[in-house]
Amino acid sequence: MAKLRQIAFYGKGGIGKSTTSQNTLAALADLGQKILIVGCDPKADSTRLILHAKAQDTILSLAAAAGSVEDLELDDVMKVGYKDIRCVESGGPEPGVGCAGRGVITSINFLEENGAYEGVDYVSYDVLGDVVCGGFAMPIRENKAQEIYIVMSGEMMAMYAANNISKGILKYANSGGVRLGALVCNERQTDKELELAEALAKKLGTKLIHFVPRDNIVQHAELRRMTVIEFAGESKQADEYRQLASKIHNNAGQGIIPTPITMDELEDMLMEHGIMKPVNEALVGKTAAELAAEAAAA
Amino acid sequence: MSLSTKKESEDAKVRNKALINEVLEAYPEKLAKRRAKHLGTFEEGKPDCGVKSNIKSVPGVMTIRGCAYAGSKGVVWGPIKDMVHISHGPVGCGQYSWGSRRNYYIGTTGIDTFVTMQFTSDFQENDIVFGGDKKLHKIMDEIQLLFPLNKGITVQSECPIGLIGDDIEAVSKLKAKEYGKTIVPVRCEGFRGVSQSLGHHIANDTIRDYIFEKLDGKSVAFEQTPYDVSIIGDYNIGGDAWSSRILLEEMGLRVVAQWSGDGSIAELEATPKAKLNVLHCYRSMNYISRHMEEKYGIPWVEYNFFGPSKIEESLRRIASHFDDAIKEGAERVIAKYKPLMQAVIDKYKPRLAGKKVMLFVGGLRPRHVIGAYEDLGMEVVGTGYEFGHNDDYQRTTHYIKDGTLIYDDVTGYEFEKFVEKVQPDLVGSGIKEKYVFQKMGVPFRQMHSWDYSGPYHGYDGFAIFARDMDMAINSPVWALTKTPWKTAAAPDETVETTQSPLKAD
Repeated sequence: MAKLRQIAFYGKGGIGKSTTSQNTLAALADLGQKILIVGCDPKADSTRLILHAKAQDTILSLAAAAGSVEDLELDDVMKVGYKDIRCVESGGPEPGVGCAGRGVITSINFLEENGAYEGVDYVSYDVLGDVVCGGFAMPIRENKAQEIYIVMSGEMMAMYAANNISKGILKYANSGGVRLGALVCNERQTDKELELAEALAKKLGTKLIHFVPRDNIVQHAELRRMTVIEFAGESKQADEYRQLASKIHNNAGQGIIPTPITMDELEDMLMEHGIMKPVNEALVGKTAAELAAEAAAA
Repeated sequence: MSLSTKKESEDAKVRNKALINEVLEAYPEKLAKRRAKHLGTFEEGKPDCGVKSNIKSVPGVMTIRGCAYAGSKGVVWGPIKDMVHISHGPVGCGQYSWGSRRNYYIGTTGIDTFVTMQFTSDFQENDIVFGGDKKLHKIMDEIQLLFPLNKGITVQSECPIGLIGDDIEAVSKLKAKEYGKTIVPVRCEGFRGVSQSLGHHIANDTIRDYIFEKLDGKSVAFEQTPYDVSIIGDYNIGGDAWSSRILLEEMGLRVVAQWSGDGSIAELEATPKAKLNVLHCYRSMNYISRHMEEKYGIPWVEYNFFGPSKIEESLRRIASHFDDAIKEGAERVIAKYKPLMQAVIDKYKPRLAGKKVMLFVGGLRPRHVIGAYEDLGMEVVGTGYEFGHNDDYQRTTHYIKDGTLIYDDVTGYEFEKFVEKVQPDLVGSGIKEKYVFQKMGVPFRQMHSWDYSGPYHGYDGFAIFARDMDMAINSPVWALTKTPWKTAAAPDETVETTQSPLKAD
């Protein structure tokens, strides 16, 4: 068996991380890879398409019910779904209390100590939107994910998030072995999206590994709590995910240490591509009424 | 080296300078630069001791400091005997602060008083991840059930409480309403501030916000007299507050509250009606004293009940706030104890005169105990504060002699080196320092807990203080420690020489 590969999907909230990752991993499973998905988002929606479930019982909710995490067995928390993909969800507290970041750390430690990583080819972490604290950086620390795939789109905030995540990777790249695998663009149909995604990838020193086109079939599959791979394996969209899967499979060891850019550089890039007009400093901070008054005076 | 003549003081200054430089040389450059500001020699006439203070300790230097939780739970709130103090967080902080600072109290432990008991929410992983508020609810319910005579609860926050943002205020408010008792959430997480000092301040502020503010509008009913005073900043270690209280009462005053040794919530509530607050530990309770002055117009006066000279001075200073009856009372008390104190001095001074002392303690002691040593003919040649601020070092100038070595937030290395070179006859510090110096052959007394003795406050306390110092310095044990390699190298030495104190070798 090949050496265990640990990858992680990061990206802005709502960008389609979970959908993209589950479809890609389903395609990898089709290629015969043995896969473990570790959901690291308190929403616990990283495995629903694989398990056809609304939401899996999480490690932390089971631990709370049982007394403590030491009272759990691996079988209690792990479910098996499409093509024997093993699924666990870390879970976390309700919004506004406790420490979800600590929850991620607790869960990952539990999985490692209980041998969840034995006998699989891939471990994939699906992590919530932003690296808000040390807990959510857990998957990119030493001996965890080797390659991070950032899911993004042509939207300004998605690119901003991608740049921020790169900063997180850079922080741990030198102390541990984490690398930026590549960018994955999940089409939003914004202006010059492919061009921008490629330009950002270049700035970050990486590549755009695949441009996943927008297709309503993804929505149809999701409503049935299925991946496109399973729902419509012959579709064009399924083929896109298969391409992404094989590209990621062949990208082993090709990750890089990213070169994140400043906010100004990011804005300059948008201007270069004509997405953003140069900002007239005289207009910053003025209300519409003030501008109208100025125009009238002139 | 004594500091009693001008020449000796000047010599000490030269020696101290060389000694400080020698100590700093061992440090990396950056650390040496930082520590240099905390070490110095007192120069007569200067407004403070010439050292920086209340600054973050350098990691790795073995600082003697505690944390904000220690300041709130261990010092200010802990001794309030009829309230239950919950150590909220993982078990360690509560476990290691269990048993108190020997804050003596009267009451039936576990029935109506709880000082030496330990209550903790014993946080587990789940409580961190999901928050500890539900557990806190449950603990408060259990406390009401098991200890129905409690008069209230405080929640002493350990570090994780602040990290996970546990809403202890909401739980406290709810339960206070449910049980009709005072419940005080205290945000004294250990990572806040540079030492326990911030914990004192935070605890003082919670007394203001949760005891005084809640009382506004309705006053505590008790029959007042013109002679009502509150003892502030005496933690009754080994019974200190008791041996102080009797003197105030003997001179005609009425003590309506003790903060916080052997204290109760009713006493805290009564304090805004006192005529005068008498403040012993300025460092830990000046905040609430200033507040009461501003809000209720209660004046406060600092006093010092260590050793007859300072006690006399203090009794007169306290009496000056009252009428002639009290002033006469003070003189009567002073006259009554004078022969007793003279007997103590006559007994111990011949055995202790000329002995040199180095101190390193917290709160008020680095200055307050100096008078007691001087009453016995001893001399303090070096002193420093664990967590003092500049106003402490200003107050210290009234106590120390020209040329006294000053070390703020001393490091393990510095303290050892200083003692090795200054060669005092006694070191007064804490338990962590005790065995280091005893192994160096230097007599030692723990001056945080009075080495399980006490009280040291008041006239009664002075007799015990004098006995304890004599016991430490003149113990025959020092003559029994031998230096085997020296004996082996010099077999012709007399028995007397080999049995001389180790430090004289």
